[in-house]
Amino acid sequence: MIEGTDGVGRSTHIALLRTWLESRGHAVIDTGMTRSVLAGRGIKEAKTGHTLGRLTLQLFYATDFIDRLENEILPALRSGFIVLTDRYIYSAMARAEVRGIDAPWIRSIYQIALIPDAVFYLRINTAQELVERVLTSGGGFDFWESGMDVHLGQDFYDSFIEYQTRMLKVFDRMTREYGFQVLDASTSVRRVGATLRRAVTRVIERDHLVEVPLAQASTSQK
Amino acid sequence: MIPYGRHRFPGKLFVVEGTDGSGKSTQLMLIYQWLKAEGYPVFFSEWNSSPLVKDTTKRAKKRHLFTPATFSLLHATDFADRTERDIIPPLKAGAIVLADRYIYTAFARDVARGCDPAWVRDVYKFAVKPTIAFFFRAPLDVAIDRIVSGRPQLKYYESGLDMGWSENPEESFKLFQGKILSEYDRMVSEFGLTLVDATRSIEQQQREVRQLIMSHLENRRFRSH
Repeated sequence: MIEGTDGVGRSTHIALLRTWLESRGHAVIDTGMTRSVLAGRGIKEAKTGHTLGRLTLQLFYATDFIDRLENEILPALRSGFIVLTDRYIYSAMARAEVRGIDAPWIRSIYQIALIPDAVFYLRINTAQELVERVLTSGGGFDFWESGMDVHLGQDFYDSFIEYQTRMLKVFDRMTREYGFQVLDASTSVRRVGATLRRAVTRVIERDHLVEVPLAQASTSQK
Repeated sequence: MIPYGRHRFPGKLFVVEGTDGSGKSTQLMLIYQWLKAEGYPVFFSEWNSSPLVKDTTKRAKKRHLFTPATFSLLHATDFADRTERDIIPPLKAGAIVLADRYIYTAFARDVARGCDPAWVRDVYKFAVKPTIAFFFRAPLDVAIDRIVSGRPQLKYYESGLDMGWSENPEESFKLFQGKILSEYDRMVSEFGLTLVDATRSIEQQQREVRQLIMSHLENRRFRSH
């Protein structure tokens, strides 16, 4: 599972990791927040209106997550797949906390989640660094990623900085609490990718997932 | 977030609960007409009515996408939207809010579906505690009779067909309603629900309910000046 604030390159690394794991003969599924069959579309539609209440949004996220947990993640794990998830309950809990939602409450909701084998936190030092990435990605500032709903600043820039700074703080605390493995996301994609692959290899070896020899892997992949 | 039981609002919240066919919606409609006629500012809030969540719920019901946990959470999402939009603001303004079904419906249904009772209660901890929660209790056979005779087809989730207890919709519905009723019975003392005997005449029940509501109303009405 990969965690990290917006724009640190989570999806890039998930895609790289997936290809790499498959080339080594592991079956992989990847999933991410708001991608559930049940609630994904509803959340996106609701978010475009900007009229979602704080509690409502958190519960919508939880619905989305549990749908993916029960219908994608658990069945895949039972069938021996490796599951890569782009954000897990920690992002959801951090977002809730930054919005002033009662932390014990949100945790009690997510207590039915599965504890992951490893959480890799792609960490960036400052919100300013994220701004550069947001701008170079061409997407510009997003209403929700800038925390505009919490009214933290005069404009998207101020709000983004304040919101993401708070998110970084919460993630640092969670790193200690939940034992995230921290990766410095400020370095190049290649370096982060290599570190990630080494870390994933350790988890796989620890759990004795036997790799398929190369020849066999290529036939099973067609 | 202010947890259940800790909100302090000038308004009053009255909710009705009970199994399908207990007659609770009829009773609440009569209360609504009465309070309006008396000149009180009164708002009506229904279960499953959030415009934000409606499409998702509808689609999921049609395509049978729910598990007990997601059924529970999506209904909680709907309820949170109602709480933030339709319930808390009028209560703050000193109005009367009437709710057809409340969190106890979720507790009864979701636990009947096998969700952990403590977890479901945690999820709904943000709810405002009602001034009075009426539980219209009708024996199982009476309630089932009202539903089965009045409706041509039982719906999938409503009859608990998702649980696979029985392939026969009517059989499944009876089993499910039985479980729900025993959950309600358990909650009477847990949450201090006000029991109303729903086998009596509509007028008798209405008289009793009005008396109880009246004892909570000060003479604060919105007059048309």
